[in-house]
Amino acid sequence: MSRETSAETVNIVPHVHHDHGHPHPKQPDLEDQPVRYHQLMAEAVGELLIEKGIIAADELRRTIEDIDSRNPAMGARLVARAWVDPAFKARMLEDFNAAASELGIETGAIPIRALESTPEVHHVVCCTLCSCYPRMVLGLPPDWYKARAYRSRVIREPRAVLREFGTIVPDEVEVRVHDSTADLRYMVLPMRPAGTEGLSENQLAALVTRDCMIGTAVPAAPS
Amino acid sequence: MSAAFRIGQRVRVRRAFPPGHVRTPFYARGHDGVIDAIAGDFANPEELAYGRGGELRRALFRVRFAQRDLWPDYAGPPQDSAVIDIYEHWLEPVEEGSP
Repeated sequence: MSRETSAETVNIVPHVHHDHGHPHPKQPDLEDQPVRYHQLMAEAVGELLIEKGIIAADELRRTIEDIDSRNPAMGARLVARAWVDPAFKARMLEDFNAAASELGIETGAIPIRALESTPEVHHVVCCTLCSCYPRMVLGLPPDWYKARAYRSRVIREPRAVLREFGTIVPDEVEVRVHDSTADLRYMVLPMRPAGTEGLSENQLAALVTRDCMIGTAVPAAPS
Repeated sequence: MSAAFRIGQRVRVRRAFPPGHVRTPFYARGHDGVIDAIAGDFANPEELAYGRGGELRRALFRVRFAQRDLWPDYAGPPQDSAVIDIYEHWLEPVEEGSP
């Protein structure tokens, strides 16, 4: 096969300086991807807002940094605290944003609600219309949460979807799907797994994954 | 806040298909549910989406539906449910004893 003439190897860069001696596809740069309409629109609006002095570039950057700094460990801290402190749990169920603030997690103006899973009810969260998600305590949603497959199926056949996540909910338990269609955001407060009595709050938080707070998984005691 | 519906009340989602930015999912329209919680008053997203202020705030309800009512062929057990956030102007009271 000739590298010079084969069309399908146009993007193949020979790696003769490596000891394994075979070519790799060229890793595309950001600019090699097609620019999409809404991406351009967002950049244009951002530039206009700055140009007109409505927001400063520095404010925009700080907001993006704040969004990027959010992650599921924040939600996990809240869950672990609720597990060890019943009074905190009560406050969290009453006013989630205020309770988060007690732990130094500022959640902004959008009200978040904790959905407490029990032996009778297993909660799972979705947004069938778009991708509403409690970003202030979980960070950006995973791609599957935004995909049509999850959004259209979890509301219609939640048990089949949960099974694909490896989560089997017994038939006598109610599966309750929450469709975040409007102004509230939802985070599942999962049940504390049995056999975790001796664990510290930090060790408990480590058991709480992102999916446990969406409701597609349940926390397990360390094996 | 004087809410139009009370917790536990049976309501029906309006079977309407207006154009625009509507936050009431198609699959819920025309279906009956029960008020699970009253979430508060919020600016109407159907107005906000078009640059209007949404000053007339709307009560938002958490409405619980039986999955078997939403999907006649629902395969799971009868107690499975869905809770959807729906604004008051999309809800109608269901008279006791009506079909």
